[in-house]
Amino acid sequence: MNTIEANSVVMKKLLIFTVVMFAFGFALVPFYEKICEVTGLNNLLQADTLTENPQVDTTRWVTVELDANTRGLPWQFKPLQSSLRVHPGELVEVMYEVKNNSDREINGQAIPSYGPQLLAKHLKKLECFCFSKQVLKPNETRQMPVQFIIESSLPTDVSTVTISYTFFELAGASAASMATKTNQS
Amino acid sequence: MAAVHDHDVAHAHDHHPSGMMRWMMTTNHKDIGTMYLWFSFIMFLTGGVMALTIRAELFQPGLQIVNPEFFNQLTTMHGLIMIFGAIMPAFVGFANWQIPMMIGAPDMAFARMNNWSFWLLPPAALLLLSSFFVPGGAPAGGWTIYPPLSVQMGMGMDMAIFAIHIMGASSIMGSINIITTILNMRAPGMTLMKMPMFVWTWLITAYLLVLVMPVLAGAVTMLLTDRNFGTNFFNAAGGGDPVMFQHIFWFFGHPEVYIMILPAFGIVSEVIPTFARKPLFGYSSMVYATASIAILSCIVWAHHMFTAGMPVTGQLFFMYATMLIAVPTGVKVFNWTATMWRGSMTFETPMLFAIGFIFLFTLGGFSGVICAVVPIDIQVQDTYYVIAHFHYVLVSGALFGIFSGAYYWLPKWTGHMYDETLGKVHFWLTMIFFNLTFFVQHFLGLAGMPRRIPDYALQFADFNMISSIGAFGFGLSQLLFLYVVLKCIRGGAKAPAKTWEGGKTLEWTLPSPAPYHTFETPPVVR
Repeated sequence: MNTIEANSVVMKKLLIFTVVMFAFGFALVPFYEKICEVTGLNNLLQADTLTENPQVDTTRWVTVELDANTRGLPWQFKPLQSSLRVHPGELVEVMYEVKNNSDREINGQAIPSYGPQLLAKHLKKLECFCFSKQVLKPNETRQMPVQFIIESSLPTDVSTVTISYTFFELAGASAASMATKTNQS
Repeated sequence: MAAVHDHDVAHAHDHHPSGMMRWMMTTNHKDIGTMYLWFSFIMFLTGGVMALTIRAELFQPGLQIVNPEFFNQLTTMHGLIMIFGAIMPAFVGFANWQIPMMIGAPDMAFARMNNWSFWLLPPAALLLLSSFFVPGGAPAGGWTIYPPLSVQMGMGMDMAIFAIHIMGASSIMGSINIITTILNMRAPGMTLMKMPMFVWTWLITAYLLVLVMPVLAGAVTMLLTDRNFGTNFFNAAGGGDPVMFQHIFWFFGHPEVYIMILPAFGIVSEVIPTFARKPLFGYSSMVYATASIAILSCIVWAHHMFTAGMPVTGQLFFMYATMLIAVPTGVKVFNWTATMWRGSMTFETPMLFAIGFIFLFTLGGFSGVICAVVPIDIQVQDTYYVIAHFHYVLVSGALFGIFSGAYYWLPKWTGHMYDETLGKVHFWLTMIFFNLTFFVQHFLGLAGMPRRIPDYALQFADFNMISSIGAFGFGLSQLLFLYVVLKCIRGGAKAPAKTWEGGKTLEWTLPSPAPYHTFETPPVVR
């Protein structure tokens, strides 16, 4: 084999390697999502499971404030009650209402946010409209539940917590991939 | 057709296109190396002007010279230009000039592709720089182009993304060329373990480049589709995750750090033995240390994002893995000092820069180990301590390596000796002003001054003033380097073939200046 042939063999191998590494960059995306799912680091779209029966701590009251926002989509979004008092460990269901004010069908996804931040560790959500995308027809109104337990492990100096949701529009092509993603989970 | 014709004639030797066309169409590794080096020097001055504008703004508290939006564009572009425009092309320039001469090859393996990989760079740099003039200005979210900022910015970001694509393609083609040249075109008798260290470090660097550059290309492609085509890789609202960008980016970014320093290790490993007049101490351990650094560099990326949210086991893993890199790096530093031990040392400019490199790079390495400690890193994340750390490894590391190599090989390239006195003056000015600029930034960072902010609290005023004075001194000193190089090209004492008494590698067997075509019949290495 002369040098020119030998060189082109090496070049071909390296070009294939380059293409493989380019694909690897994209393969990191599902890999990352899988790791987050397995380790439970980023499970915004999944229901929590209770490892043991929750003990209701009737000696404590926690005020839960409910907040609702929309970002960039013509929806009206509000909780049916703005706040409630619960015992830690108690299973609570609250309702949110969302209305599509536009005359087009819109896909929306709600992203939760908690205050104080440490609430995220102690909040177990068994059901939530944020686990899947919501498709609202023109002028459709929908009431949606959230079922949650605030665990009694919540530090005693926290007496008021806030659960907030923000609806974002899922635009065009992304809606399809988002749908398959949420259906799986 | 003219191109084809000229090429055919050029093959008959001693006859090549003249004027601009010579440079546009050249496939000669020496011409291309020269163009890489000049390109990187122009980019170095461009990025330097940005740095000086930053330092001028930070000379005293308050907003004086630029508005905050433009300041952010400057910090971002300074980083991108220096990394992709100055440091990396400079080392590719060295590789083009030196690798064929050091392994006894007539040229690079793919001469035509070599021309292309250089000529991709000027358009990419123009694209990147012209982003200053579009609505919204240049990218301003930091050179790491983290989303969500990079998803929200104006079209300047799209231009930067395309520029990164083009520069990445150029780097990958350059690397393929370098790997093939080194693997297939060594002179008979030159086994891998007889290769000069500079060639070894470049072989490993080139492998790192083909490993991680495509990943960066993928990451910026995802940014591009997020920005323009409705995907949601990094958009939390659409089910994506901005932290994922940081992971993918730093999977590229950390090996990139070593891509920028390994060739400097190689240059220093050539210069120190030459001026100590002793063979490199622990050659094989140097090779293995370089390879270990390269492998370890691929598993430490998340130490750049300790504060991004990570389980403590992850933090511990990345902390220990990062600290482990200090071991092979320490091997190299001790080998260089052991090479100097009882050597007959002389202190010409290349040697001064090499010793300056060892001294200051080690300091930067130490502050790196400090930054690797999770609780300290959480404290100093995004402060001037980090700025000081990476300028110690990139300026007094990579750039000092480049200066050392430039002085070392200038006589071989030009056929003239450079002005030794002016070279030494350049070294000492650079050394003093560099430390004036960056040493105080350690203190600023420990005191809590954040990076990428155009204004600061009053208690930081004194150190910032010192740093700015140093920066202007440093910047102006580099014009002296330009003068020394131009003077050396135009004339000077005739350089002998073996310019340096202790030079042992193959390029010193060639006349100075090195003829246009060299080693057409390969030398035999015993």
